[in-house]
Amino acid sequence: MTAIARLSQKPWIWSWFAAFVVWFATIVVTGGASTFGLSQAALTFAAFSIIVGIGQMFVITLGPGNIDLSVPATMTLAGTVALKLMDVDNAMIVPGLLVAVGIGIAVGIGNYALIKALRIPPIIATLSMSFIIQSTAIWTNRGLRIKPPSVLAEFTTSATLGIPNVAIVALLISLFAWFLLEKTIYGRWISAIGQSMPAARMAGIPVDGTRFATYVFCAVLASLAGYLLACFSGGAALNMGSEYLLMSIAVVVIGGTAVAGGDSNVPGIWGASLFMFLVVSMLNTYGLGAGIRLVMTGLIIISVILLAGGRQPGTR
Amino acid sequence: MTGDRRKAVIEVDGAKVSFGAVKALDGVTLAIMPGECVGLVGHNGAGKSTIVSVINGGLTPHQGTVSGDGEVVASYGINAARTRGVRCVFQELSLCPNLTIVENTRVMHRTLGGFGWRRRARQVIEKSLDTVFPGHGIASDRTVGELSIAERQMVEIAMAFSDAGIAPRLVILDEPTSSLDASLAEQMLDHVRRFVAGGGAVVFISHILHEVLTTASRIVVMKDGRIVAERPAAAFSEVSLVEAMGSVVKGDAHRRRARDLTGAPIALEQVGRGLPFRAARGEIVGLAGLAGHGQTKMLMALHAANSGDWLPRRDPLVTFVAGDRRLNGVFELWSILKNLSIASLDGVARRGVLDTGAEAGRGAEWKRRIEIRTQDMENRILSLSGGNQQKVLFARALSTRAPVVLMDDPMRGVDVGTKQEVYEIVRQEAEAGRTFVWYSTEMEEVRLCDRVYVFREGAIVAELTGEAITEDNILAASFAGAAA
Repeated sequence: MTAIARLSQKPWIWSWFAAFVVWFATIVVTGGASTFGLSQAALTFAAFSIIVGIGQMFVITLGPGNIDLSVPATMTLAGTVALKLMDVDNAMIVPGLLVAVGIGIAVGIGNYALIKALRIPPIIATLSMSFIIQSTAIWTNRGLRIKPPSVLAEFTTSATLGIPNVAIVALLISLFAWFLLEKTIYGRWISAIGQSMPAARMAGIPVDGTRFATYVFCAVLASLAGYLLACFSGGAALNMGSEYLLMSIAVVVIGGTAVAGGDSNVPGIWGASLFMFLVVSMLNTYGLGAGIRLVMTGLIIISVILLAGGRQPGTR
Repeated sequence: MTGDRRKAVIEVDGAKVSFGAVKALDGVTLAIMPGECVGLVGHNGAGKSTIVSVINGGLTPHQGTVSGDGEVVASYGINAARTRGVRCVFQELSLCPNLTIVENTRVMHRTLGGFGWRRRARQVIEKSLDTVFPGHGIASDRTVGELSIAERQMVEIAMAFSDAGIAPRLVILDEPTSSLDASLAEQMLDHVRRFVAGGGAVVFISHILHEVLTTASRIVVMKDGRIVAERPAAAFSEVSLVEAMGSVVKGDAHRRRARDLTGAPIALEQVGRGLPFRAARGEIVGLAGLAGHGQTKMLMALHAANSGDWLPRRDPLVTFVAGDRRLNGVFELWSILKNLSIASLDGVARRGVLDTGAEAGRGAEWKRRIEIRTQDMENRILSLSGGNQQKVLFARALSTRAPVVLMDDPMRGVDVGTKQEVYEIVRQEAEAGRTFVWYSTEMEEVRLCDRVYVFREGAIVAELTGEAITEDNILAASFAGAAA
């Protein structure tokens, strides 16, 4: 009983609970026939939201006002440039990956330069940055759709021991993020900054360096996700990142990370990402029209947030 | 209080309040008569703030009753208290920082609504400010956030004494002078005496005992949620009061012996307007003068000049103990342990990776060393009383390797026993070669310093050493200008 009580205190439990309920509701309708297929699809598609969601979570942990809206554009640019560079050549996989990471680093530097040097609020800075990135992507892409190298295409679309490879990548990244947050000085620093920037400064934390590293980290994760997504979907498209703008923020919020900053958790991102995919597939299975589906998605998300938020009196 | 013909403004009878296993109030009976000032003293965690919350309606006692004017009030709450003229000045300042003083007045007094409320609110607050703090120089259209902490406290006090329809009858002052310098505190105390003489009632909480002794008509001593002594103020002396509170009296003997530090190497130096600032190794340097005359700014500047914004310093020169705990001290979501260790994580980590065992060990060591009163260092920092939170901030600074500790009036609202403990630690650390730069609004603390810089209008105007550090000399320097 106490175990359940303690579990219900965890901010991430609600997203997991919601994901499970929706998963179960879908299985019941299909009579259990699609259990494996549904779970695998959920893991595959959730993997991309998890990767971008973790980056966004780090930024949101930095405190009120911190957000990275350049995530979708970064994904697009990284995917486009990397595929163009690799040009279906398996030997170019590693340089392609490095270029994608490099783009992430450059975007992160650009974002924080706007925030710090020009004193623009992050929401505006990253949004205007995203226009620049998106235009660059359009300029490099010119409407061409280049296929990914065959090894990469194979890797991203297949599974190991029944678990999709992209989900394994997401798991490794999640473990790394969890380690950063819980076990390193850097993790303490971002949590401290998110709770009170003046207090963090007076405690001797290098506030600017930490924030800068966090924006770069978020952009690098976004470009990694773009790289994987482009290979997974058989080529980069200019609108491939667009749904991840809302997604990256939604999974953070549903996952139980404090929107006011200072408190984050990795497991919640998983629950929330699975939930976000499963809700859509559940409503699809029920055969509802597109309009109703969107309304339902919105309502379900709101109720999960209310449920998770109402469970923690006394916290922000 | 039986046999008194007049009825108590507020009477609390047999109030019991407990938070979990902690008994915050254990059967407290207290009646406050019109025309008296009740001094309330006790250690941090003795239950003073809790009884105040019961009186102002913020907290309903789990047992016991609250009566107003002789009748038991069934559903006593904040609004019921306000309509009876109960006002409160909180230890943690409670004005909205994003609003102007006038707008805050409107928030506080709901009777000010309707057209032209700005004009009426301005009249109300300005009248009160002029009465309590003549010559205050605070424009009422300023935003609260841009006021210094002393000015904010002045506004808050004036707000409590202001009259907009419902006249204040009982004003609760919880550590009202903690951010005020001597002259402002005296102005406020004068007003309290006038207010009481005019038939008002005041509950006055302060750790500065002579203030309580000279202002209160009756003194109530609390300990562990109970009233342990209650006598007219004249029947107490500073010594007997401390004894009643249950801490050991050390008198004025902890006055430091003068030490010769002329040969010691300079640890910190800054040249600005006025006299240059210098602090030698192992020296305790005091920053004195009227509140808000640049002492905090100076400390902030010293800190900013010696810490890295982009990269962590391998061996930081300075560390900081905050006075404004809420603003730049505690991390509210965290445990006591994390709050303590945040400034010295490099000592319990290897290549950036934390060793949580070593961290917990160090936490336990500091818990013992400065006696943080908690069962578990994993408890949230906000579960501690204000004084204990301040101890944690002290431990945070002292556990770093920084040779210079900057202190921004850190003893605000800390009880006598805790202060003595911290003074002792400061003395030991200074003997061991640490430098302390200590801004304080309390004379007792300033006298602990080896050398004192007096500030006026943002600049150092005087330097006092050893025997010359007296209240008179500091006051003279803070008003007259270059006295030394």
